[in-house]
Amino acid sequence: MQHGQVGAHPRVGVVKFASCDGCQLTILNLEDELLSVVEHFDIIDFPEATSARSAGPYDVLFVEGSVSEPAHLERIVELRKRCRTLVTIGACATAGGIQALRNWGDHDAFRASVYAHPEYIHTLAKSTPIADHVQVDAELRGCPIDPGQLVELLTALVTGRRPQLIDEAVCMECKRRGVVCVMVGKGIPCLGQVTQTGCGAICPRFGRGCYGCFGPREQANAAGLARYFEAVGDRTTEDVGRLFAGFTAYSEPFRSMVSDLGGTRWARGEGAVEAAPAGGGDARN
Amino acid sequence: MHGTEVPKGADERLYEVTELTRVEGEGSLRLRVRDGKVVEASLGIFETPRYFEQIVVGRTPDEVIDIVARICGICPIAYQMSAVHAFEDLFGVAIDPAVRALRRLLYCGEWIESHALHIYLLHAPDFLGYESAIAMAADHRETVEKALRMKKAGNHLIGILGGRSVHPVSVRVGGFSRVPRRRELEAHRPALAESLELAKETVRLTASLPMPAFAREPRVVSLRHPDEYPYNDGRIVSSDGLDLRPSDWGEAFEESHVERSNALHARAKDGKGVYLVGPAARVVLAADQLHPVARELLAETGMAELIRTNIYASIVARAVELVHALAEAIDIIDAYRPPAEPMVAWTSRPGVGAWATEAPRGLLFHRYEVDERGRVAAAQIVPPTSQNQAAIERDLVVAAPNVIDLPQAEATVRLEQMIRSYDPCISCATHFLDLRIEEED
Repeated sequence: MQHGQVGAHPRVGVVKFASCDGCQLTILNLEDELLSVVEHFDIIDFPEATSARSAGPYDVLFVEGSVSEPAHLERIVELRKRCRTLVTIGACATAGGIQALRNWGDHDAFRASVYAHPEYIHTLAKSTPIADHVQVDAELRGCPIDPGQLVELLTALVTGRRPQLIDEAVCMECKRRGVVCVMVGKGIPCLGQVTQTGCGAICPRFGRGCYGCFGPREQANAAGLARYFEAVGDRTTEDVGRLFAGFTAYSEPFRSMVSDLGGTRWARGEGAVEAAPAGGGDARN
Repeated sequence: MHGTEVPKGADERLYEVTELTRVEGEGSLRLRVRDGKVVEASLGIFETPRYFEQIVVGRTPDEVIDIVARICGICPIAYQMSAVHAFEDLFGVAIDPAVRALRRLLYCGEWIESHALHIYLLHAPDFLGYESAIAMAADHRETVEKALRMKKAGNHLIGILGGRSVHPVSVRVGGFSRVPRRRELEAHRPALAESLELAKETVRLTASLPMPAFAREPRVVSLRHPDEYPYNDGRIVSSDGLDLRPSDWGEAFEESHVERSNALHARAKDGKGVYLVGPAARVVLAADQLHPVARELLAETGMAELIRTNIYASIVARAVELVHALAEAIDIIDAYRPPAEPMVAWTSRPGVGAWATEAPRGLLFHRYEVDERGRVAAAQIVPPTSQNQAAIERDLVVAAPNVIDLPQAEATVRLEQMIRSYDPCISCATHFLDLRIEEED
């Protein structure tokens, strides 16, 4: 597909589906780079930032948010036709987001029992990542995306090379930064070893376990980690399931953990009775 | 307000924006005026509901703090704050005074980034006739650069305290998972001091902008505290005498579902009509608690009364609060001594925990029912924009006579500008469609 003219700046769009706007805000949060970025890109559609509108065609389209209502199905297919490169940004677009926790519910029963007027219902049974619907050329993970990774991607787009996005577990980041392992040192459950880094190991650096917001690494042994959590801590099966029932819960293998162990009100495991948690220090999980 | 068929020969004008820009989230505006009379005024909210009040059911308090942040990428701290205070109030947790100060500091960071974003990137282009701050930068590069420096100072402050500016990770029931060292905060002081000077310029700049004509008597609601400008603490007060504990929002207000919207409207139970929350409301109700630097600047503008009656002037209120947040952040850093422990121990207890704090856009109320297992059994979250929605629609009616003699395009722009004056956060307002009632049977 040919768009734009030779030598012209790439025509860029930023659009959203179901999301909190935090990932597109990360573009505006590139305070040091923003005015240079707009010198290299022709931003033709970015409703959060400009009243100038365009329906494309786009050389690069950044898509935030998950496919979550019937109108989204058509819209993403149409947008895909109008862009050369489609980049998904953030956990909603790449994994379905926190709103994908509803995917474990029986939506038909849910919808029928919940709404007095089902004709007003605008949501789909499931919140799904963009790649479930159209081809995606590149993705930035995270809830939210990392500004450093965003700059790397933008630079790669300008220079026409592949972005160099690190493909390692959060654990590697902790080792490099000399962060004492929160699991070994304090017994805090941490998803670092099964989670893609990119964040800079923020949670362990701030004294807590990784909650998986950059999503699972390929071939992550989540089941093994779950068995470990259950064996060494004073935790119920559902406590372990809840560790995986976060912002990328719908990505495998986290998805299987939630299905098998519980963790959302809708998944298996609901109803287990246990002692009320206490907090402070290292007692919480 | 919905009209019927247009009678033959009537002069009907429709002002419509099907997708509002330079606001957070997806909304629309519609104003129909027939023979000089408003027959429809609506702020539509068509953003997809994400069911947060359902998602948090079954989760622990600390998990809820992480989850509700995701309601809004611009004001995640507001959500973390209302939630953490609601739980701590229920559990009877007494936090360290240094932790309390750090929470105010964190909130300062959010007000700084959010207000700088709104004033310069979202709202100022309206006053100066640009489609965006990017377009504005072509003519006013230095101004936009200064705005970005202030925004960065706020975001960086959040990063020091919480690891990242969007969805920071450190807020926990009982305190923080980690507190900063003195020198980490001191290293950021010069950037905040520079931004304070830029914020003072911002007050003068916004006060010099041409304000469209607009006047109404508002009913305003905010927190008010005897010793400080309202952030995390205080009592819910109004311009007509309400005075409630921050947990008791539900005694005076309630939500109702409006058909055309994916959000719920909040309204006062006393039937005294719509009310306004946000920077203008806070300035009206708590100007005497502003940092002296901010208070003096507000006096210098002479616009306190205009801020009360003209919604367009809320950009000046936001600038005054930007000064306040920067000045207070510097004071907190200067006085900072790390707490003995970042977090105090706590024990869950069943019951209802509720609290309101002041998000950049206004009063944000959370209410959680916690069960015997220490899990959330039910949740209610009332963001500022759903409280302002009725006031926005009322103000469209107020604004109508001022715009109908303008050319269509200009009139529409003026109405959009008015909507932006509220800094509506539509993602925030949309997580509703309350599923609770029907599910119980």
